Amino acid sequence: MLRQAQHERIDQALAVQAIELVKDFGETRAVNGVNLAVPTGSIYGLLGPNGAGKTTTLRMLIGIIDPSSGTRRVLGRERPLDAASEIGYLPEERGLYPAMHAREAIAFMGALRGLPMSEGRRRADALLAEHNLQDWARKPIRTLSKGMAQTVQLLGTIIHKPRLIVLDEPFSGLDAINQARLEELIRGEARSGVTVIFSTHVIAHAERLCEQIAIIAKGRVAFDGRVDEARARLRPIVRLRTRASEGPWRSAIPSGARREGDEWVFELPGGGPEPLLKALIDGGAGIETLAIERPGLHDAFVSIAGDAAAAEMGQEKPQ
Amino acid sequence: MMRFIRSAFVIARRDFSATVLSKAFIFFLLAPLFPVLMGGVFGGIGARVASQAEQPVIGVIGPTDEFDRLMSARKQLGQAIPEGGLLKIVHYAPEGDLPAQERKLLSSRNPPLRAVLSGGLEHPHVIGSLGADPGTAGQLRLLISTALADSLDQEPDIHVTRVETSAGSTANDRMTTAWVAQMGLFLLTLMLSTMVLSQLIEEKSNKIIEVIAAAVRIDAMFVGKLFAMLSASILALIVWISAGAIFIQMVKHGGVQSLPVPAIGWPGFLALAVIYFAMNYLLFGAAFLTIGAQASTAREVQTMSLPVTFAQVLIFGFAAKAIGKPDSFDALAAMIFPLSSPMAMLARAAEDGAWWPHLVAIAWQVLWVSMILRLGAKLFRKTVLKSGPKLPWWRFGKAS
Repeated sequence: MLRQAQHERIDQALAVQAIELVKDFGETRAVNGVNLAVPTGSIYGLLGPNGAGKTTTLRMLIGIIDPSSGTRRVLGRERPLDAASEIGYLPEERGLYPAMHAREAIAFMGALRGLPMSEGRRRADALLAEHNLQDWARKPIRTLSKGMAQTVQLLGTIIHKPRLIVLDEPFSGLDAINQARLEELIRGEARSGVTVIFSTHVIAHAERLCEQIAIIAKGRVAFDGRVDEARARLRPIVRLRTRASEGPWRSAIPSGARREGDEWVFELPGGGPEPLLKALIDGGAGIETLAIERPGLHDAFVSIAGDAAAAEMGQEKPQ
Repeated sequence: MMRFIRSAFVIARRDFSATVLSKAFIFFLLAPLFPVLMGGVFGGIGARVASQAEQPVIGVIGPTDEFDRLMSARKQLGQAIPEGGLLKIVHYAPEGDLPAQERKLLSSRNPPLRAVLSGGLEHPHVIGSLGADPGTAGQLRLLISTALADSLDQEPDIHVTRVETSAGSTANDRMTTAWVAQMGLFLLTLMLSTMVLSQLIEEKSNKIIEVIAAAVRIDAMFVGKLFAMLSASILALIVWISAGAIFIQMVKHGGVQSLPVPAIGWPGFLALAVIYFAMNYLLFGAAFLTIGAQASTAREVQTMSLPVTFAQVLIFGFAAKAIGKPDSFDALAAMIFPLSSPMAMLARAAEDGAWWPHLVAIAWQVLWVSMILRLGAKLFRKTVLKSGPKLPWWRFGKAS
């Protein structure tokens, strides 16, 4: 009954949907009821601290492992391996055959996904040239630098022109230039209608690339939605510097405010900036500077992941 | 199904190329030379030891004419007994002190005498260590009595009509063929088994296993790897058989045509040899790939190799029970037990001309290959990829 109900909830229009995915490794529950909905053609970030369950969730989504319970649907299919020819996957732990030539390695990865070797070689030549690696096409992987080998593996991930690309911590180990290249490659794929899911614990990448994110903490999805929705969960931050140190204006400062050097830092009260300003002026604060900052994704992430962790412990984070 | 075959083919092609196009494959092709060389070296040493142990040397003290008569008798006896089984006799002219001469000869190391015969043919006396060797004393008696016979050169004339084969010689030849074929099959599989054990280590250590597991079914990967190794082995087998045939043609009188014909005929036997080699390899390979898949490092694979080798030797011993008695209970058991079945059936092909048991056996073996492969893939997903829901062991077969 439960399975049937889950099926009814699956939205055909989504590139990937997961409902109540659970994965147990022995006595350890790595993923505990993950729900995800990835719109077709979006760049979707899976954020979470190390050990949160991101890799296990991705492995379940693409069919490397089966869930202990729950349902997944990838590109309209319930068994992800049935859609293998339409999926590209870059694992967190990169791996290639060291003796294989770069061109052959890319073509081989395409062949695994159903692309004929001859066509794979042709496309590999084009992709390698596009990434200025044509001189390395016939060199064994073991002679390539780490960055080059990672690029080769990434090219192998997209050689068969997949509709869904899943990248597990794709930026780790890359220098700044290659990170920027990868970001551009992801944007390019998304522009051509490809759905990209990637996991990361570096918020900046998700902030720059993603339209939607899921924040995973301790095996659960603590947040799933648009990036601005995540930010909107936090109130704007006020940074205030005053000439007066004491006075009636102090009653306008919320109890959770903290001092950072000469500044007071606190969340903008519910009434907005006008009542706060009036109370400060009337109270004789002598405002030197006052800045109202929009919270970043990092703040949202810390807040959300912290909330989830607190919930796991059965404690609420103090307001 | 087509996707499964295509996936297995992609894996097989990669593995086959990586194996055959490596320099190590040339070394692999030379592998049978080592047992042949070892056989030659140890066989030579063994033959020398056996010759010394089985061909006792007897010193004969006496006149030359009596020694010549003994030599004639020995020559006559040589028509019935192979040279290796005959006593060697060495002549010594009598010296003054017979007991001293006997002691001197018995303590001599060149040649090392087993006994000394003196006293002439009429009153022979033997001194030596013959207590635990009644055959030497018996042969010596036969030599002396033949030498004493009046008509040494009068032998009865037996008219011999030679035929190509008789039931006795054919059975013996076919047993030899069965034994050689079974031994060849065993040695080949033994050589390949440790290679199969380490088949997945490369993927695991290179972390490429995750890329493959995300793209193809694990059982397709298993099948691909097995068939790649099988193809490389068959390529090697063709090289080895061709080289062996050329060698026999050059060395043996009559060439390969002189080899004993198996009951099922040479074409059928060779075809079955290839099929049973494939089956034997696939059965052991599937089992060893499954065992090896559980290992994470080359060290673990090495640790597993010894028990695996002993298990193979045990199974070979079991299969060898089918030789010479293909319809016995033991032979039947060896033909039914999946891991010994190909070896036992190949021995049967040498000794029995019926085809239907082979068709049944091949179907039986194919069934077991597929069962072991499926189990291996499930175990791999379960223990290496940690995949699938937790199930009690009695429902393990139903795991996804």
